[in-house]
Amino acid sequence: MPVSPSPLPASDRLRFLTCGSVDDGKSTLIGRLLHDCGQVPEDIVEAARRQSPAGATGPGGLDFAYLLDGLEAERQQGITIDVSYRSFMTPRRAFQVADCPGHAQYTRNMATAASNCDVAIILIDARKGLLEQTRRHATLCAMLGIKDIAVAINKMDLMAWSQATFDVIVRDFSSLSDRLGFLSVEAFPTAATLGVNLVTRQGSPDWYVKGTLLDWLERVEVSRKARSQALRLKVQWVARPDQDSRLYLGNLSSGSLRVGDTVQVGHSGQLAQVTSLLVAGVPSHAAQAGDPVAIELSEHVDLTQGDILCGQTPQPDFASQFAADLIWFDATPMTPGRTYILKGASGWVTGSISRLKYRKDLESDRENAASVLGMNEIGLCNLALSKPMLCDPFATHPTTGGFIVVDQVSNETLGAGMIRHSLRRSANLTPVAATIDPSARVARFGHRPLVIWLTGLSGSGKSTIAKLVEASLWAQGVATSMLDGDNLRTGLCRDLGFTDADRVENIRRTAEAAKLLHQSGLVVLCALISPFQRDREMAKSLIGQADFLEVFVDTPLETCITRDPKGLYKKALAGEIPNFTGIGSAYEAPLEPGLHLKTNDASPEALSAIVTNKVLSQIRG
Amino acid sequence: MKPHLKSLEAEAIAIFREAAGAFARPVMMFSIGKDSTVLLHLAAKAFAPAKIPFPLLHIDTTWKFREMIAFRSRVAKTYGVDILVHTNQEGLANGINPIDSGAALHTHVMKTLALKQALDHYQFDAAIGGARRDEEKSRAKERIFSFRSAGHVWDPRKQRPELWDVYNTRLHTGESVRVFPLSNWTEIDIWDYVEAESIEVVPLYFSALRPVVRRSGTWIMVDDGRLPLEADETPQMKNVRFRTLGCYPLSGAIESEAKSVNDILEEMRGSRYSERQGRLIDGDGTGSMEAKKREGYF
Ligand SMILES: Nc1nc2c(ncn2[C@@H]2O[C@H](COP(=O)(O)OP(=O)(O)O)[C@@H](O)[C@H]2O)c(=O)[nH]1
Repeated sequence: MPVSPSPLPASDRLRFLTCGSVDDGKSTLIGRLLHDCGQVPEDIVEAARRQSPAGATGPGGLDFAYLLDGLEAERQQGITIDVSYRSFMTPRRAFQVADCPGHAQYTRNMATAASNCDVAIILIDARKGLLEQTRRHATLCAMLGIKDIAVAINKMDLMAWSQATFDVIVRDFSSLSDRLGFLSVEAFPTAATLGVNLVTRQGSPDWYVKGTLLDWLERVEVSRKARSQALRLKVQWVARPDQDSRLYLGNLSSGSLRVGDTVQVGHSGQLAQVTSLLVAGVPSHAAQAGDPVAIELSEHVDLTQGDILCGQTPQPDFASQFAADLIWFDATPMTPGRTYILKGASGWVTGSISRLKYRKDLESDRENAASVLGMNEIGLCNLALSKPMLCDPFATHPTTGGFIVVDQVSNETLGAGMIRHSLRRSANLTPVAATIDPSARVARFGHRPLVIWLTGLSGSGKSTIAKLVEASLWAQGVATSMLDGDNLRTGLCRDLGFTDADRVENIRRTAEAAKLLHQSGLVVLCALISPFQRDREMAKSLIGQADFLEVFVDTPLETCITRDPKGLYKKALAGEIPNFTGIGSAYEAPLEPGLHLKTNDASPEALSAIVTNKVLSQIRG
Repeated sequence: MKPHLKSLEAEAIAIFREAAGAFARPVMMFSIGKDSTVLLHLAAKAFAPAKIPFPLLHIDTTWKFREMIAFRSRVAKTYGVDILVHTNQEGLANGINPIDSGAALHTHVMKTLALKQALDHYQFDAAIGGARRDEEKSRAKERIFSFRSAGHVWDPRKQRPELWDVYNTRLHTGESVRVFPLSNWTEIDIWDYVEAESIEVVPLYFSALRPVVRRSGTWIMVDDGRLPLEADETPQMKNVRFRTLGCYPLSGAIESEAKSVNDILEEMRGSRYSERQGRLIDGDGTGSMEAKKREGYF
């Protein structure tokens, strides 16, 4: 038995998984690999030998798979159910291998293993070639960020070590792996039961001149090029060693940290300096990715367990809508619109899948339209959350870009997701069905929602009347909101000018905003010149005729020019403001307004009382 | 420290902190062995300079080596922790012991049942333990946050998926988890770490002249007067040490000259046997560890 007395070189442990279809020989291959590395204690070999079925072909009647399958049910059914983790070492490297189940039913366990591994060995039975499970596992490996793959084309002894067979499978696999974006792929002709090309080349055919699987494992360098160096620190615990100090504890998921660095509280953007730093309990000046740290901050910030600390640059992306690849584990299908609980790098949050963009068909590699994701299916989704979460793309942030989906009632883990990107552009969005029934809002507020649209010339008195109406409605318990044209132009619409096209866009935005507020159950007052009939029609049709009250604030142009509260008419008449309504641009008076207020005949108070009464009868009547 | 030890240490510390944050009443199992001692050392590092924010629990079968009990008091002082000690009094009253009752019954009553009693009594919802995946085949399959339904039952077919370091720590009342920060450590890693961090462990791990008798192919130490000797048995003094520690009549010693951690590492690299070999409790039937674990054994 080869003993390895020489110390390990300074390299980290390599974590790898073995996957592939049932009976391709995964357990046998790992059992044999461990055995041939001299890593299985003799009492364990003896025990496995006693359990091995009669006729097992290994030395002394040993079935190598029995060194691994650990659960009663697995031995009874002769299958692997859950991942089995084994550690071993050679003089060159320390390893932990995760032997994964081949059955599609246990995909969740395979994903569990892949999420924590550096590289993968994919087994293929030489007699069968690529199966659906091979594609599924390769796809999952790729989705979970594995970049380096060894393909063990196994049971080559049963194919008389045919080079043609080997070449065909290699070709098939490379067309798959090209699509999946692996960075390095190496293929090996093996016979797990005989130990060929695992640890030794003994028994290998002449045409195969490259190294063994173990050579590859000892040498493979894990591709980490694409990884972001951005600072991410998940706060797991806040310790109070004494009355005055607070320590924030967590592992650095990525990036590095020094005393004096400025960090940003993820959800609030609050900034603070790191005033002291401990790495694994020891005071230090600097910490690297992976280190367990405890830090003190210069400011008192709102930061609790479950929050995340980030660097200032690049700005971390917090969003409540994002796109992600999803793997579904549960027997009950994932249904868009249903509420789930998510846990990612920035803690727990509720949300739902707003849209299933496609389901991936593993056999054809096609992206098919689908309404649900069944067990073990994968797809691309949009998600919408109740509050923003950190949206690190998984491709560049493998330590913070993943999340799990948990059932609200049973607490089972139902699926796992890998973030692609946050969603900002409305083109990417689909409306989320409101989860609170409009009638519930009516019950809560005690009235129906309404949009009051005041139109009229500049200086006609729209804002004055609108404010009075709002105040008296508010006083009577109505939940109100105000959208004033002038105010909107300093914010939401500040990029717009006064060309006809910009005026249309101005109205559209205001109407859209009014619609959202209206959907929230509020009585919304909009005060805009809105000179064009068709634009007001557009607003009305957006909100719905029944809930839209058009109020014409009718003040003759002469009166407005005399009042000129903002001095705009003066400028317009001097030619300094082109396209000014009433001067260089037309005002189209409403033909059938809901209310017609003639301001020359009455005080603003009297007019606002008319509006208030009309509104109250409409929303409470 | 070797890079892979550093990353194992980081992983273990993160698991401790996660458990502290996620559960209402976590507890750390302290069996006094090398794994428990490393676990305690890691817990202290995880929360330093603050105190470990959960209690320690030792299930005392009353048959531990005397040196272990002495070490328990010593280590509590060194690390400034309180150790809750629980013994199944009912089992004791019924005269359950490893010699007359047999290993299986003794283990079931004085360890498995005792543990469940203590967890129920204190209403702990998370029990952090020092089990490693490389110890045994059914352990090799266990999650780091391993879910237990009400009644402490482990269903190996229904383990929660466990992706990245994003642990699903949600529980209903009555449910609990077992948490294993040392899941990915090997026996060699434990000793490497003991050496790197100069951690004090029970002296029984190191070779010394001890009174032993030969039974079932292993050396049993005569730790006190309770071990009945056969007519033809006389204790002999031998240089022996233990690879794992439990109840003294059930823990087999190996002949060894290893007096330091480095000697132990040297000896292990040449060994052809697993550490569980010294444990008499696993002898009965394959899958026995899994069966015990399903019932709630740690
Ligand atoms: N002839 C031959 N049989 C093999 C080879 N590898 C595995 N087997 C057999 O294939 C069957 C399935 O192997 P196992 O390791 O349990 O497959 P797993 O389901 O992928 O873990 C067993 O009967 C093995 O003995 C090989 O290279 N050559």
